[in-house]
Amino acid sequence: MSYNSIVLVKQVPDTANLSGEVMREDGTMNRGKLPAIFNPEDKVALEVALQVKDRYGGKVKVISMGPPKASDVLRECLYMGADETFLVSDRKFAGADTQATSYVICKAIRKVGDYDLVFAGRQAIDGDTAQVGPQTAEKLGIPQITYAEEIVDLQDSRITVKRRIDGGHEVLESPLPVLITVIKSAATPRPFKAKRAMAMKNARSLPELDRITEANSLLNIEDLKEEYASNNLYIPTYMVDDLDVDPDRCGLAGSPTKVHKVEYVVLEGGEHENFEPTKKGIGDLVDKLVHDHIFG
Amino acid sequence: MKKSSKEVWVFIEQHAGKPAEVSLELLSKGRKLAEKLGGTLTAVVIGHDVQAVAKDALSYGAKEVLLADHPDLKDYKTIPYSSIMSDLVSRHQPRIVLYGATFVGRDLAPRVASFTHSGLTADCTDLQIADVTYLRKDHADLLLQIRPAFGGNIIATIITPDVPVQMATVREGVMEKVAAESPSDGKITDVSYTPDETAAVINIIERYHEESKVNLKAAPIIVAGGYGMGSKDNFSVLQELADLIGGEVAGSRAAVDAGFVPPNRQVGQTGVTVRPKLYIACGISGAIQHRAGMKNAKKIIAINIDHDAPIFNVCHYGIVGDVMEVVPMFIEAYRHKLK
Repeated sequence: MSYNSIVLVKQVPDTANLSGEVMREDGTMNRGKLPAIFNPEDKVALEVALQVKDRYGGKVKVISMGPPKASDVLRECLYMGADETFLVSDRKFAGADTQATSYVICKAIRKVGDYDLVFAGRQAIDGDTAQVGPQTAEKLGIPQITYAEEIVDLQDSRITVKRRIDGGHEVLESPLPVLITVIKSAATPRPFKAKRAMAMKNARSLPELDRITEANSLLNIEDLKEEYASNNLYIPTYMVDDLDVDPDRCGLAGSPTKVHKVEYVVLEGGEHENFEPTKKGIGDLVDKLVHDHIFG
Repeated sequence: MKKSSKEVWVFIEQHAGKPAEVSLELLSKGRKLAEKLGGTLTAVVIGHDVQAVAKDALSYGAKEVLLADHPDLKDYKTIPYSSIMSDLVSRHQPRIVLYGATFVGRDLAPRVASFTHSGLTADCTDLQIADVTYLRKDHADLLLQIRPAFGGNIIATIITPDVPVQMATVREGVMEKVAAESPSDGKITDVSYTPDETAAVINIIERYHEESKVNLKAAPIIVAGGYGMGSKDNFSVLQELADLIGGEVAGSRAAVDAGFVPPNRQVGQTGVTVRPKLYIACGISGAIQHRAGMKNAKKIIAINIDHDAPIFNVCHYGIVGDVMEVVPMFIEAYRHKLK
């Protein structure tokens, strides 16, 4: 029996590798300078889905919601072996919290359709909330398995998954369809396939094709779309009108949580006593700590 | 303005009939929030044979415990727990619901928030009540959900102005655990639970759980290493120091991600918040997420090669130098002093 998977991926700023030019002199961060990367655990989710495909057959489709630039990670998915990718992108989706995000993603999943498994990373490194997975599962009306580290078995319409819990693990058996969020240890993402990368490097989403037509008034977007699609290079793009959504539940407007205030934390020169990194300096510090009964 | 509920709820996570520490911490915080709102504190307990957990909740100031007790509810399972919680929240519309940001809380809270269309903020490092003007509209007594965001150096205050229920998750140790001064005259209200087919869709085949032997919160001294330690092997010098001075070894998130220390020893916003007598930060730059978890230590020593590292802004004693040289010198100096 074969199984179709839908994988949810996100492009995120690489918060783990802050380079010199990201930090401004005043200690604040220049977000624009952060490189954008494939959210690491989402890449693991894609790998798990591809392993299911390798073993049992079926299709792997990938959905990403984000700005046009998120097409980059979708191309990476194609290079790794995804069958089809979909970009969900519209200004009306911007500023969404996890509730509004999961609402739109749920609608996109319904539109893509025909799935047995939905995979996603446990969380994205830009927010670390781990909320979009479970909230999407709830909206789809399907069960969820979070913190998954291994697919133990897949038979007929039941899947057995080992997941991490506080201080241990558990093995769960669930009917399909189910949404599974995976942790880093679940799999090691495969490298790009050179042949696929060559073949798919010109794949383009709608906003990317739009940009080409803007630069060249002789081109017509519909013709261009058709041309790319006929070469299997069109990344289908869903905007607000393409999905069965209530615009009031999308983006910032549809988000119950709002950012009230953002404060850049600028550290003031805190008062502290310096000790030299020498035998004498450290000896003095230890003497002081002992004298002050800090060691108990 | 529509009059809204003043109830503060805490979901009480329990394992084998014992409440999780973080749940008791949240009851302690919830009591203060309820006081500020002029409302009441309610605990929700789901499990089997968990009367003792309900009583614990009362001793931490809950005025009412909503108790769902059934053999099928012994262990946490997403579907029955989230259905019970979602149903209770839908019916009572509490103003605030708090969950521990644990494996259970992070599985449960988003599902309940989704079903009830509530706002949910993860990993808050502070919660306050305040009047807020948002987009020229006045909102009385909103929950300020405060958390570091976006990789560093930003503190965001999140609000939930337009929906009735505000939800948040909080990591262990962020709030201080304080039992109520006087015993509560609260009541325990049974919540009926009838298993149905949808609740049984997922079966637990096996469960392995071990009480964590690591208790960073109780350690009087913590020797913590960051990415600047360079390798897992280099952590052995921190272990040596910790053993010598009676402390526990911990790590920053970067050190955990690099595999230098296990996740249950992570200090910071997404780890544990600690308040030891002495915190020795070795090769830790001191991003805000880390500082959130240790800045309340009584004394902080920072050892870092980079004299501009933010950790020096929160420490009491600083040593600018190579950790792999400084820490052995520290060990030697302490041994010498012991003699």
